[in-house]
Amino acid sequence: MKLTRRHTLMLAAGSAVAAMLPMRASAAAEEAIAAFTGGAEVGSGGITLTAPEIAENGNTVPIAVDAPGAEAIMILAMGNPTPGVATFNFGPLAAAQSGSTRIRLAGTQDVVAIARMPDGSFVQASQEVKVTIGGCGG
Amino acid sequence: MKSFVKGGAAALAIIAASQVGADEDANLIINGETEITVRADAPEHLDNVSTIYSGWVFRSDETQALQMDDFDNPGMIFVDQGRDSWVLAEGSEGKSCADCHNEPESLANVRPTYPKWNDETEEVRTIAMQINGCRTEQMGAEPWKYDSTSMLNMEALLSSVARGQVMNVAIDGPAQSMWEQGKELYYTRTGQLDLSCANCHEDNYGNYIRADHLSQGQTNGFPVYRLKNAKLNGVHSRFKGCVRDTRAETYAVGSEEFIALELYVASRGNGLSVEGPAVRN
Amino acid sequence: MAENVKPRVRVPREAAAGDTITIKTLISHNMESGQRKDSDGNPIPRSIINRFTCTFNGETVLDVMMEPAISTNPFFEFDAVVPESGTFEFTWYDDDGDVYTETKDITVS
Repeated sequence: MKLTRRHTLMLAAGSAVAAMLPMRASAAAEEAIAAFTGGAEVGSGGITLTAPEIAENGNTVPIAVDAPGAEAIMILAMGNPTPGVATFNFGPLAAAQSGSTRIRLAGTQDVVAIARMPDGSFVQASQEVKVTIGGCGG
Repeated sequence: MKSFVKGGAAALAIIAASQVGADEDANLIINGETEITVRADAPEHLDNVSTIYSGWVFRSDETQALQMDDFDNPGMIFVDQGRDSWVLAEGSEGKSCADCHNEPESLANVRPTYPKWNDETEEVRTIAMQINGCRTEQMGAEPWKYDSTSMLNMEALLSSVARGQVMNVAIDGPAQSMWEQGKELYYTRTGQLDLSCANCHEDNYGNYIRADHLSQGQTNGFPVYRLKNAKLNGVHSRFKGCVRDTRAETYAVGSEEFIALELYVASRGNGLSVEGPAVRN
Repeated sequence: MAENVKPRVRVPREAAAGDTITIKTLISHNMESGQRKDSDGNPIPRSIINRFTCTFNGETVLDVMMEPAISTNPFFEFDAVVPESGTFEFTWYDDDGDVYTETKDITVS
């Protein structure tokens, strides 16, 4: 195929779009998950992640996690330069294995929460949060 | 709300409502006790607007919630810091704010009336200028820089004790000429984008400018804690950001032009409650 | 020490034994992520609070490992059980080695 200037531009545009898509799991995210789970299989159910569908500003996004009975919950922002956000370790006096905080998201991406249960199993929940780019930097 | 677009603003892809789920009918009660008037009949001097709205109603559910409880409102950290400097003696007179004014709550009626004409100095003073007046004239202390952290902390304290009180800025008498100057600026188009304050905040509030839900640009919530920069922001700094966004050379923070504009914009909110430190995006 | 670091904590003053209480904490801190550059283009070094703990009479309620993706002025909300009267201790650990603490007493009837 003869590569015209027009084709080249289209290809460049295509790869730019691909680069902007939220990464499903970067190497760093996979590493963080492996460190937390020890490579164990991660199921679903028994964990709730609450996050806004659309965040007004990626700098301060309120999220909440809840996994009844969990020992610990790790939160990851899969599209951030470094995916780790926080790991909640619950002590004997935690009334619920839940918590809320506010996080930074570098752009539209999946937020993932993985809970470690006392029997050594893992469950996860994830949600996409769209981060809007405002008109007024002000 | 409104859905028409007019003037140069149309070129900026302002689109009619509602991408993000802002609950424009929500009511604001802080800490379950302080009722905030977030919508009211427009003051008489406003020709083109019949109802005035606090910027709070244009924010997303999550941002709105941050202001409903003082503990959730990060701006209250800076009110605490303002309280620390309230009792701190400074300057040649060795006095603190508390030495003259006791508790900050005793000044609850101050924030709603500013900017305000000062008879002695024969000028319109913003609340920042009045605070510095106290510092230099009563305390013999150095003035704080306009929109500096210390100044904004003190302004946040004075706003917080006035929450729920109705904005009531005087626009007649000796303040009138400054008010007229502010009004002139409000309707003057500036910058390469050729936009006036009115193009966005009067003609298009409730609409979106790209992903931003345009408010009426009210000042009753200032100083505001913005999620964007996670700190308190002063009115003049916000004006500066707006003017810069029209791609114009801006006036300086603390300039006569911005003092006039602050007086005029504050008067457009007469009838809304003071709610600073508010939380905005 | 990082400038103007000030913890705020909300704990009810009283509760019944075995009650679940909700605790909120907020601390003023820049949480410099290490991802930003200054006006000269030089990277601004990371400086964050990297751990937050809450204990009651010495026993752990919550222990959070924090990364730079936690927002400026870190906020946490969580639930605790209070078996008896005592003291909550809250501790924040700064990258620069500083430790900020706050305590709250609660009376359990």
